[in-house]
Amino acid sequence: MTTPAYATDALIADDIDAYLDQHQNKSMLRFITCGSVDDGKSTLIGRLLYDSKMIFEDQLAALESDSKRVGTQGQEIDFALLVDGLAAEREQGITIDVAYRFFTTEKRKFIVADCPGHEQYTRNMVTGASTADLAVILIDARKGVLVQTRRHSFLCHQLGITNIVLAVNKMDLIDYDQTAFDSIVADYAAFAAEIGIADFTAIPISGLAGDNITQGSGNTAWYGGPSLIDHLESVEVRSTANLEKPFRMPVQWVNRPNLDFRGFAGQIATGSVKQGDTVRVLPSGKTSTVKSIVTFAGELDEAQSGQSVTLCFDDEVDCSRGDVIAVADAPPEVSDQFEATIVWLDDEPMMPGRAYAMKLASQTVSATVQPPKYEINVNDPTGAGSHLAAKTLELNAIGVAEIMTDKPVVFEPYRENRSLGGFILIDKLTNRTVGAGMLHFSLRRAQNVHWQAVDITRDDHAALKNQKPRVLWFTGLSGSGKSTIANEVEKKLAMMNRHTFLLDGDNVRHGLNKDLGFTESDRIENIRRIGEVAKLMTDAGLIVLTAFISPFRADRQLVRDMMGDGEFIEIHVDTPLEVAEARDVKGLYKKARAGELKNFTGIDSPYEEPEEPEIRVNTVEMTPEEAASYIIEQVLPLK
Amino acid sequence: MTPGLTHLQRLEAESIHIMREVVAEAEKPGMLYSIGKDSAVMLHLAKKAFFPSSPPFPLLHVDTTWKFREMYDLRAKSADDAGMELLVHQNPEALKAGINPFDHGPAHTDMWKTQGLKQALDKFGFDAAFGGARRDEEKSRAKERIFSFRSASHGWDPKNQRPELWNLYNTRKNKGESIRVFPLSNWTELDIWQYIMAENIEIVPLYFAAPRPTYEYEGGLFMADDIERLEQVLGHRPRITERSVRFRTLGCFPLTGAVESTASTLSEVVQEMLLTTTSERQGRVIDKDAGDASMEQKKREGYF
Ligand SMILES: Nc1nc2c(ncn2[C@@H]2O[C@H](COP(=O)(O)OP(=O)(O)OP(=O)(O)O)[C@@H](O)[C@H]2O)c(=O)[nH]1
Ligand SMILES: [Mg+2]
Repeated sequence: MTTPAYATDALIADDIDAYLDQHQNKSMLRFITCGSVDDGKSTLIGRLLYDSKMIFEDQLAALESDSKRVGTQGQEIDFALLVDGLAAEREQGITIDVAYRFFTTEKRKFIVADCPGHEQYTRNMVTGASTADLAVILIDARKGVLVQTRRHSFLCHQLGITNIVLAVNKMDLIDYDQTAFDSIVADYAAFAAEIGIADFTAIPISGLAGDNITQGSGNTAWYGGPSLIDHLESVEVRSTANLEKPFRMPVQWVNRPNLDFRGFAGQIATGSVKQGDTVRVLPSGKTSTVKSIVTFAGELDEAQSGQSVTLCFDDEVDCSRGDVIAVADAPPEVSDQFEATIVWLDDEPMMPGRAYAMKLASQTVSATVQPPKYEINVNDPTGAGSHLAAKTLELNAIGVAEIMTDKPVVFEPYRENRSLGGFILIDKLTNRTVGAGMLHFSLRRAQNVHWQAVDITRDDHAALKNQKPRVLWFTGLSGSGKSTIANEVEKKLAMMNRHTFLLDGDNVRHGLNKDLGFTESDRIENIRRIGEVAKLMTDAGLIVLTAFISPFRADRQLVRDMMGDGEFIEIHVDTPLEVAEARDVKGLYKKARAGELKNFTGIDSPYEEPEEPEIRVNTVEMTPEEAASYIIEQVLPLK
Repeated sequence: MTPGLTHLQRLEAESIHIMREVVAEAEKPGMLYSIGKDSAVMLHLAKKAFFPSSPPFPLLHVDTTWKFREMYDLRAKSADDAGMELLVHQNPEALKAGINPFDHGPAHTDMWKTQGLKQALDKFGFDAAFGGARRDEEKSRAKERIFSFRSASHGWDPKNQRPELWNLYNTRKNKGESIRVFPLSNWTELDIWQYIMAENIEIVPLYFAAPRPTYEYEGGLFMADDIERLEQVLGHRPRITERSVRFRTLGCFPLTGAVESTASTLSEVVQEMLLTTTSERQGRVIDKDAGDASMEQKKREGYF
């Protein structure tokens, strides 16, 4: 070891002010190292720090003696010890949690987060990756692409890291073999393309021996690309991407030192804002004008994404923590139902239906997650086996699920805006951060600005009840047995754990349709209303049974047309007039015949028989119980 | 307006965002103020974060009675300038037992600082306490979250830290538990100095070289800030020599090594700092007294 561990730029001694200016203007790159266990991530970071002369003399002395004591590298330096800073990590020779290290080269400043490879510590890897511009994915050249390589690549991609470096490490152990390198790169390329990683840079390295770290290596003469540092120094990071988007600032805190000042403090997520701009406060949708942009250093004419500022308005528009101030004519969406990718971070699996606290920007709401649509198989994220059926998500699982919140949330898809699309889930009892997620889209049509309370979708209702909604529409003469049979059917369905509701001629007429008589138009309106109610109930996921004479074909058709395909089941309770009249349970026929009841079906008002009912029951041949069983047979399955 | 922020602007905005999150979500925040350069930057950022209000929390100094006089001077002035309440806590047991750095070694740090801090946090009931630690200072700090969760007995469990994604901080905790918040986590020592220059932040003059009374003790060079007291504790008057010295960090004067220097301006101080080939904390004896895991161990026990 002849090179000094710590060395500085000559300019520091010669002209410190020039150096400081230059340093100030260097760009900054935040990156992570990730990949499978023992692939050499920490060793690589240690090597980067060492080779960029960032290790102080005393630190080097400590490193040398630690290395000997720990003994993983015999008498040689174990660079991983520079980064694995926790006692437990040094004892076990593994990384448990992310280490953030800083180094500078002539061209750039870097913050590197060394992530753990162990699957058990994926939550820590995700922590490191969430703030990175670039990921160096390591592969042990002897082992090739492993499950963790895939998992980490997938997570990086989901989190929106577009700059990927594939560092094929430990080349020293495979004699710097080009064929092996090429085949690993080809393997990875196939996988990367599958999950949508458009591009990556592959570099053969040895973190331990130092090949292709700061400069090209004679051991890999066949490799014509940049060294790792060269690449990190020159890779383009779009620092102004957020600036080009429309203005959004989540309000963190209302600044109210006295009655004359009311300012809204926050960090601008995207875009820029000027004095005099018209802005909109979400979710209320109210607009106002920016009176001033207040900072400690004085008022600004304009402020841009990334800055933490305080905005004052021209008027007293209502605005508080959790609200988002946005450009008035292109505000973000507001919704309370989303599809999201969720990474589960807690030992206790996700509980669908449990209310978690969800934090998104400065908004905290109560959220329930539906059972996942599927869990992503990281080994095969896009192939035939990519979607695993899952009832929950276990620790480290990645899945796609729907989320419902108790209050409207101002959001944008994560891909467009990380600040308004990334969220964490917190267990309300343990207070642990149990999940992290990325919103894809709202489950309802865009609800710009004026949000209205909305129900969960009819599919959600039905799924919760574990059944397919239906309308069992019983039609037939008065006294034909509609109510009796419908009642029997409902009892049987209840025994089968189906959620039902029976709308009966009498219970509806006493309430909802109290104002209607028996004229033809009233009868039509009666059926129309019942149809609408039945429709609402199917929206709520119920199996609705209706027992109305509903004598007119056109009305029944009208109701049929309201319902989804296959949801309307017309059941003709077929009882000849003479039989019904002979039964005359309520004595109505008698009255009608006596002229005491007008417009009585079958007597002085027609009954139009169904031409093609889904089900017909003959009450002369069947008991009500038999009829009910028959109907159930016909309508099953109801799931 | 130039598109994009400079590195320091980004760091500043991030720190301000962190402080505002704490104030919005914590019940009773407080700021640990140690009077050093990092504390000075942290306090300056707090003024910026809440302007035109004063920072809506008090400053807390956990005192050992052994700090440099010039530190005590700036302490009062800074709190005043910021319009903030200053709380000072001295561990009554340490005070009673006359704990000092010479006779009591590691117990000095433990009783005055670690135990003193825990007492103060309990006494004032802070559920979130800002600290000026940076990740580039030390290897276990490099592992710590910005929002670092502490048990009811103030312990840190490094193997079980909360995930911390993007800039979303989970501030929830049960009664008795608390959070240490490090708004300067992503700053480096050089960033701190450059920011002090750019913002013209007042720091204790001890950071700049000047002729000062010094004495040697167990191989280190120290400043005789209070000769009478030194004599009292040591039983003799140390041999005092005037030297041009300055300090890279500030703590208790008998524990803070002086470096011989002529750097009297910020540029010169930074230049010297950058040309030094040993780590910043060299000058502070505290890190050495438990070997490899000292800082981690202290943090597990409740130290900042
Ligand atoms: N021969 C050789 N060994 C290496 C190289 N890089 C790392 N190693 C060894 O591989 C082992 C694991 O290295 P680490 O750096 O701890 O691996 P890691 O990827 O950080 O491991 P985790 O963080 O625990 O997942 C150590 O014994 C290293 O010395 C290399 O380039 N060549
Ligand atoms: Mg590691």
